[in-house]
Amino acid sequence: MPKTSYLNPFKAIKYLFEKPQTLKYPFETKEIADRYRGFHKNDWEKCTGCGNCADICPNKAITMVKIPELKDKPEEGKKNERPQLDYGRCCFCGLCVDICPPGSLTLTKDFFHIHFDTKTFTFIPKDEKSEPQTYKSAEDYSIFQASLSHRKENYDGFSPDMRYALFEPDRVTMPEVEPGERILSFIEQVIGYDQEQAKKEAGRCLECKLCEEACPAHLKISDYIDAIYRDAPKESLKIIFEDNPIPSICGRICMAHCEDACSLHIRGDSLAIRWLKRYAADQIKNFKKELEISPGKPSGKKVAIIGAGPSGLSLAYFLRLQGHEVVVYDELSGGGGIIRTGPPTYRLPLDAVDKDVHNIESLGIEFKFNTRVGRDVEFEELLKNNDAVFVGIGNTISFSTRVKNSEKCTLALAFLQDNKIGKQRKVTDNIIVIGGGNVAMDVARASIRLQHIQFPDQPVITKTVSLEDWDQLPATETEIKEAKEEGIQFNPGWGPKEVVLDNNGNIKGLLCKKVKSVFDEQGRFSPTFYEDEVKFLEGSMIIEAIGQRADFSFIPEELFKRLEFTDRKKVKVDANGMTTIPGVFAGGDIVNINMDAVTAIADAKVAAEGINKLLCHD
Amino acid sequence: MRELELFFGPQHLGMVGNFSITLKVEGDRIVRADANPGFLHRGFEKLMELRTWMQNFPLVCRINVVEPDHMELVYSMGVEKLAGIEVPERGKFLRSIYCEMARVGSHLFGLWAYANMLGFDTVAHWAMYHRDLLLDLFEELTGARVYHIYLRPGGVRRDFPDGFTDRLVETLHKIGGKVPDYNATFFENSLFKKRAEGIGIVTREEAIRMGAVGHIIKATGMKYDIRKIEPYDAYNQVDFDIPVRTAGDAYSRLLAIRDDMIESVHLIFKLIDKMPKSGAVYTKTPNPFKWTIPKGETYVRCESSRGELGLYMVSDGGDKPYRVHFNTPSYNHGLTVLEKALVGESISDVGNIMISLYVVAPEIDR
Repeated sequence: MPKTSYLNPFKAIKYLFEKPQTLKYPFETKEIADRYRGFHKNDWEKCTGCGNCADICPNKAITMVKIPELKDKPEEGKKNERPQLDYGRCCFCGLCVDICPPGSLTLTKDFFHIHFDTKTFTFIPKDEKSEPQTYKSAEDYSIFQASLSHRKENYDGFSPDMRYALFEPDRVTMPEVEPGERILSFIEQVIGYDQEQAKKEAGRCLECKLCEEACPAHLKISDYIDAIYRDAPKESLKIIFEDNPIPSICGRICMAHCEDACSLHIRGDSLAIRWLKRYAADQIKNFKKELEISPGKPSGKKVAIIGAGPSGLSLAYFLRLQGHEVVVYDELSGGGGIIRTGPPTYRLPLDAVDKDVHNIESLGIEFKFNTRVGRDVEFEELLKNNDAVFVGIGNTISFSTRVKNSEKCTLALAFLQDNKIGKQRKVTDNIIVIGGGNVAMDVARASIRLQHIQFPDQPVITKTVSLEDWDQLPATETEIKEAKEEGIQFNPGWGPKEVVLDNNGNIKGLLCKKVKSVFDEQGRFSPTFYEDEVKFLEGSMIIEAIGQRADFSFIPEELFKRLEFTDRKKVKVDANGMTTIPGVFAGGDIVNINMDAVTAIADAKVAAEGINKLLCHD
Repeated sequence: MRELELFFGPQHLGMVGNFSITLKVEGDRIVRADANPGFLHRGFEKLMELRTWMQNFPLVCRINVVEPDHMELVYSMGVEKLAGIEVPERGKFLRSIYCEMARVGSHLFGLWAYANMLGFDTVAHWAMYHRDLLLDLFEELTGARVYHIYLRPGGVRRDFPDGFTDRLVETLHKIGGKVPDYNATFFENSLFKKRAEGIGIVTREEAIRMGAVGHIIKATGMKYDIRKIEPYDAYNQVDFDIPVRTAGDAYSRLLAIRDDMIESVHLIFKLIDKMPKSGAVYTKTPNPFKWTIPKGETYVRCESSRGELGLYMVSDGGDKPYRVHFNTPSYNHGLTVLEKALVGESISDVGNIMISLYVVAPEIDR
């Protein structure tokens, strides 16, 4: 025990001569720490309205409120909702900041709010840009007026930091065949997730459902991803089948509008929604048997569907579930339409297409393949014999550039079709592909494979030439990246002027002219050129992949006159998917401007409801 | 002599926290004391069953106002054990430094309470000021002064800011430099010694029987400290001592607290020296919205500034705990030990003894 004394305490007298330790607040203030967790601030431009902050809040202090003056932009992954804070509940833990995918939410060093009205403690945080009157500069700020509507500008405290984010920004890398190996054959490039990888990737989903609004067919994405996370691919697939009956196909070639809208995409990689759908579809061998899909009670109604593409297949499925009798006509020898002939095998093998088609066929839907409407069966006959007819014919005729000697060129769709389901085309060692879209990428990447197959161990060249410059190329980033990996050369910003022939009449190359602009002031496609600035591209084969159009020749003239089109030259349909000809419905590439499989499914959903309404109403 | 019933607290100047004691007295002597907790019951353990694993850690700290940090720690340890998560090396050191800072802060707060209780206002103000210096550091590190919410299952939420350890060392030197003044005015002050010595004696046998831990058992000469018995985080990588006293009275208990505080300061210096200079500070845990923890139960414990703090937690395989139970030191100290220690003492020493037991009422009511 220490020695004690009554005199000891007098040593404290020296403190009488020291400076006081307290501050004369508010005239003397202390510097607030840089990580201080004070009032919220929200960058409205960055905020997507995903609502993750509201979901993680342990005290339910955050509610998402609709802001009418903001626009809903589902395709960009933006909702018109913003978080509203209730400071009667908030515990300033900052979990909302750490979970915020766009990093828009920040806690500031402000912590004063004095007001007689308790309602002011519920407030919607904004930032300096959207609410400049609240955020005062250092000169204008007064501590005596400090409140939620009188705050210091640039006074950030606890801020979002990717190093400590609560979500996982990095995607599980999809195993793929290396570029050097895959260009030697048409082997499927994507290998697919295994169970562990799929679970890990599915576990990244924050369930904000921005993707579901962006998806044209509005699949219940977060539910089926969660089922994959719970290791229940069957359950997952059941959810997918509610809105999309061709998961094997869509799991491979969907344009994945959902992934563009994914909230993780802003500061990290978007969730691999498409690959997860593919995973679920690949886990189940026999959809019909294992998912217990069965057709509905017979309704006695008959529907004819022209075209077994994504819209036709989906519609057949949806109508069959309602018990209608469905016959699908297609001129090809199998189902899938453009999906069957277009995407090369390295992207979409025929097995995957057939898996979906056979499943739909097994529900008792009659497919009349090798049957062309207008040639083998008359359109009017279909109209007469059925309660409704759906036209989902897609765009099947390739456009030509129509420059001099362009008749010597090969057309994209025929080229792709022959390579996939017909006899492999003979190619040369130097190919020029005209076009910058996804079809052009398919053509170019198929060409380089054919070159490697037909000219083994020889130097081969495939180059593309497109009107659009790098920043405008319509092909997806991934396609461009993978094409580059495979050694395809790009010539963006050049337009074809003339196909140059040698003395024997064989193709020698393509003369190109520099593009001035691709679109006019209204944003319409109307290219202009510098006619005097030219470039010669050498090549012995030219493939044109500059777009496709539909072939309506099967519709008799007097009926065709009644068919109306929109300004963008699409078939006009009403809210039920019906065209201006009563009883004739339409969907897919001839109706929507996205021109992809999932939008075709969305059209089919609309048409299915419309047809059902029409048939059951009678 | 006639027996009288007296109510001490919850509205009483000498009472810390929302807590009361019913005393039976004969003259000035206490014959029987009944502790009355429950004024601060907020149902934490039940609330935790309704929140996800991640949402719980901003909540647990509120169980103990004086020292929220060890609550965060014990919860994080429980989740880590159930889910099988390892804390990275640097994360372990950061946690230990953080918890030792909390221990020093908490002991200073206790010193304030004791000095204030006995009327040593000068000392009380010093203790409060020195605690405030630590709170500044906490604010810099975590963004909050009292409820830091800094530890998360898997590690800590943020790394140390640049130059933080230098400022921490500087502050601790400043506080340590005042220890002689504390000694002169308080611990070695005969007035204080006269009031504290020989009162509220708890013998070692009684302490063990009643489940007393922390400074109460250390004041009876037992080196009982979870940091040594079951080392967690970085405690097995540094050498430190468990200071003990033998008399078992209020005075010994307070000296045990003081020594513990000084030892903690040295411990922080050692931890800073040994700490890896860089590296991960936390292990990534799964998506908080999908995080489920396999079925199981666990009991984890750590040494808070009041002694052994335990947590029993059950997971039924879901995204929330199925059951959480805290074994807090104040529960034993405030109910069992206090009732025993008060018997035979005078009314004027009730507050004195109670604070020497270092009871934090919210820890009792969970």
